[in-house]
Amino acid sequence: MTAYTEEYRGLVAQLSGGEVTEAFRREVAALVGEGGLISEPAQLRTYECDGLTGYRVTPALVVLPATTEEVAAVVRLCARDRIPFVARGAGTGLSGGALPVADGIVIGLARMRAVLSVDVADQRAVVQPGVTNAGISAAVARHDLYFAPDPSSQVVCTIGGNVAENSGGAHCLKYGFTTNHVLALTFVTPDGDVVTLGGDAPDQVGPDLRAVVLGSEGTLGIVTEVTVRLLRRPEVVRTLVADFPHPEAAGNAVSDIVAAGIVPAAVEMLDELAIEACEKAVQAGYTLGCPAALVVELDGVAAEVDEEFAQVQEICRRNGTTNLRVADDAQERARIWKGRKAAFAAMGRISPDYFVQDGVIPRTKLGSTLTRIRQMSDEAGLRVANVFHAGDGNLHPLVLYNGAVDGEAERAEHLATAIVELCVEQGGSITGEHGVGSDKACSMTAMFGPDDLTVMARVRAAFDPQGICNPGKVLPTPRLCGERPGPYRPHPLEAAGVIERM
Amino acid sequence: MTATDPTAADPGTQADLRLHVDALAEAGRGAGVFDDHHPPSDELISDCVHCGFCLPTCPTYALWGEEMDSPRGRIYLMKLGKEGAVEMDDTYAQHFDACLGCMACVTACPSGVQYDQLIEAVRPQLERNHRRGLLDRLFRGLIFSLFPYPSRLRVAAVLGELYRRLGLRSLAHRTGAVRLLPRRLQAVEALMPPAKLRHLATRTPAVTPAVGTMRRRVGFLTGCVQRVFFADVNQATVRVLTAEGCEVVAPPTQRCCGALSEHAGREPEALDRARALIDAFAEVEVDTIVANVAGCGSTLKEYGRMLRDDAVYAERAAAFSAKVRDVSELLAELGPVAPRHPIEARVAYHDACHLGHAQGVRSQPREVLGTIPGLQVTDIPEAEICCGSAGIYNLVNPEPAEELGRRKVEHVLSVAPDALATANPGCLLQIRRYWPGDLPMFHPVELLDASIRGVDPVTARGGRGRPSLDARTAEPGTF
Repeated sequence: MTAYTEEYRGLVAQLSGGEVTEAFRREVAALVGEGGLISEPAQLRTYECDGLTGYRVTPALVVLPATTEEVAAVVRLCARDRIPFVARGAGTGLSGGALPVADGIVIGLARMRAVLSVDVADQRAVVQPGVTNAGISAAVARHDLYFAPDPSSQVVCTIGGNVAENSGGAHCLKYGFTTNHVLALTFVTPDGDVVTLGGDAPDQVGPDLRAVVLGSEGTLGIVTEVTVRLLRRPEVVRTLVADFPHPEAAGNAVSDIVAAGIVPAAVEMLDELAIEACEKAVQAGYTLGCPAALVVELDGVAAEVDEEFAQVQEICRRNGTTNLRVADDAQERARIWKGRKAAFAAMGRISPDYFVQDGVIPRTKLGSTLTRIRQMSDEAGLRVANVFHAGDGNLHPLVLYNGAVDGEAERAEHLATAIVELCVEQGGSITGEHGVGSDKACSMTAMFGPDDLTVMARVRAAFDPQGICNPGKVLPTPRLCGERPGPYRPHPLEAAGVIERM
Repeated sequence: MTATDPTAADPGTQADLRLHVDALAEAGRGAGVFDDHHPPSDELISDCVHCGFCLPTCPTYALWGEEMDSPRGRIYLMKLGKEGAVEMDDTYAQHFDACLGCMACVTACPSGVQYDQLIEAVRPQLERNHRRGLLDRLFRGLIFSLFPYPSRLRVAAVLGELYRRLGLRSLAHRTGAVRLLPRRLQAVEALMPPAKLRHLATRTPAVTPAVGTMRRRVGFLTGCVQRVFFADVNQATVRVLTAEGCEVVAPPTQRCCGALSEHAGREPEALDRARALIDAFAEVEVDTIVANVAGCGSTLKEYGRMLRDDAVYAERAAAFSAKVRDVSELLAELGPVAPRHPIEARVAYHDACHLGHAQGVRSQPREVLGTIPGLQVTDIPEAEICCGSAGIYNLVNPEPAEELGRRKVEHVLSVAPDALATANPGCLLQIRRYWPGDLPMFHPVELLDASIRGVDPVTARGGRGRPSLDARTAEPGTF
């Protein structure tokens, strides 16, 4: 059976785009000013990749608009000339979601970084997409409020990117993903209309288009304002690090904690290599040489947290913990998290290159999956470090390699793909929070059947019939995923005589 | 990386090109747009994994939100430069010139990328291989024939005082004539510190004995701008060091340490100055060499790297660097012996980039200030972002420097201090330029000196410095 329906092929077919001409450049400059435009070749090259450096495409133009109106006006020009565009925040994404399209433009939102309003009583804030995740919490800290989703790159990643990827983070085990903390979006459609999706109230009448856009990885339009939900800081937070003699024991401890009816704010696991890298980077006090460390955090009302914290320690001991480190104060807790959150970037300390993988497995299969990953790593002759959100089975294996060694990058890429396919085989998913982007589009068929993909392509086409909004991301392009070009099928717009094929 | 160069599309041409490049590489070149004298190293460049953790602490990214004016963007440009995929033209140079060299990214980087070494490798390459515009060259020439020379600075200080005292300054500001000057000269005019004429004649004695038992014999770098415009800081430093049991030796032959030159990529000049300073201190036997200017201190600590190719000086330079301490480092290490008197004030401590980021000296100045009874030391929000002073940056790049200066002042205002303390004269002048009112500003050793001598420095310098909210909208520079 083929992986794609004919309808799907038609919907994702690459259509002829317009060209970024000097006249187009001048029109954009008239909208955003020369200062909002980047067109020198050397400068454009710095936008050719995001946090995933394996894929690179130099855009024809980078535009840095300052307002929703400017974004909409630029998108209208793109729609008119059928020029593909890609939205970009801080460029920290790990799946190549902000990878530019050749001959297309990048719409960078780094200059739209104002906190527009804070409603303390209703615990809401309206922010522009370029505000960093941590920047939201910092802006409302004096009201004892914070924004709960906390991806590890929170000091730099932007809320616009969080919305695109429906980002999670260590604490989404208890608090949910970005979608659970976004009430409304100001949204520029791929034809340049400005609409509001969602509203101030948590539940809206009619289909929840806000939820459709959240996590669509920039393929449905551009978000230019976000109304976020803020939470009151918990009364107490307790954090511990427990060392285990092997990852299976740590995995069992996680299962036992959840089985005991405890909902921790976060449960993270680091293996030996990950600990080594973190310690080299930030000296967070993890035990070097420890095969698996669990970071467990509880928060909430003091009486409840104290009781459950004792229970967690007991469970760790029952599962053979070799060392229990309890954070005594906020500083110590911050150190523990600094180590954990620097983990990906810290890999640079122990390896010249690495792939960050992101997959999900059922929590009960943690132990066996880790054993299998270790076997695969041995077979490939490559080191794999593991850092993950153990509480919800979200794995982040880091495949370490040296790009200067011939063929090692390809071997690493294969291993990374094999690991994620292992996750699907175990009943899990190809991504927990990093998104599909460019990186995993071809793996979508491992998880979704032809009808699933067709429905996704229909949704995308309903928003973006011209296919100009971040094309090539999320949905696999059959030709680029190892398939020979098939027989010619007309795209619906092509049949209608609106467009022609390149 | 697999760059696709459209001009090299023909495989035949590509092979020829490859051979040519290989031949150059054998001759020690082949570094793309860079020459073969210490181009930015591939190993250091490849340490960057493009994670972006440096972006929020980079002052220029904070201002413009542009990738090529961020640390990882600049490293990307270096990589393209090494591959020869770009030209070393004005566009290329401007992004390195725009870098303040604050090294906040070095602090922020989880991968341990040594951006400091990378940018310091690129700047001399630009100086050698990129020709700046005539005005730019003239202006830089002016700066470097003035600032490293205390004798010329003294003349400039006298002229500046005349300009001020004869009412020319207020006339120029009242009539708006000052705005007719080019932006860079306006910056010079505005940043020019008032000089106390009696200080112009002051010299730090060659040797000042310790008070009581001698605990350490230290060499003291008197600085250039420091000794002319901030002679009182130098006096305070000597008083504090001697009170804490140090014999202070200040070789009268010492000249500019070369920090400004080094940070601007003027390598031969910087190295000459470094060698001369090593010689000046070679004549005195000291255990420690103390600097009270963050920018100078960080360069002294780099002498070992700077002179690594010098057969005669390499070893001496490394030994010299190993002895260098910021004054707060030394005081924290020695521990207090002189009794302190209380100073009841709330002081905001501003981390100078070349102390915090470049030297990693953050806790010691706070610790030292903490020995003063009654003194409340508070941190400033967004402390990691540069104030825009950055050596000669606020003179050659006045626009971004002004934005950063105002931004820093907003943050200092937010903690409503009675006074500000910082260990770099550049930061002090920069913050004062944009401060709406009259904030007493000190080098930390001045506060320590006052505490040891039992005077209240804050009220002595114009009382409580908290400006009213109205003052926040006042014209800058009207201090």
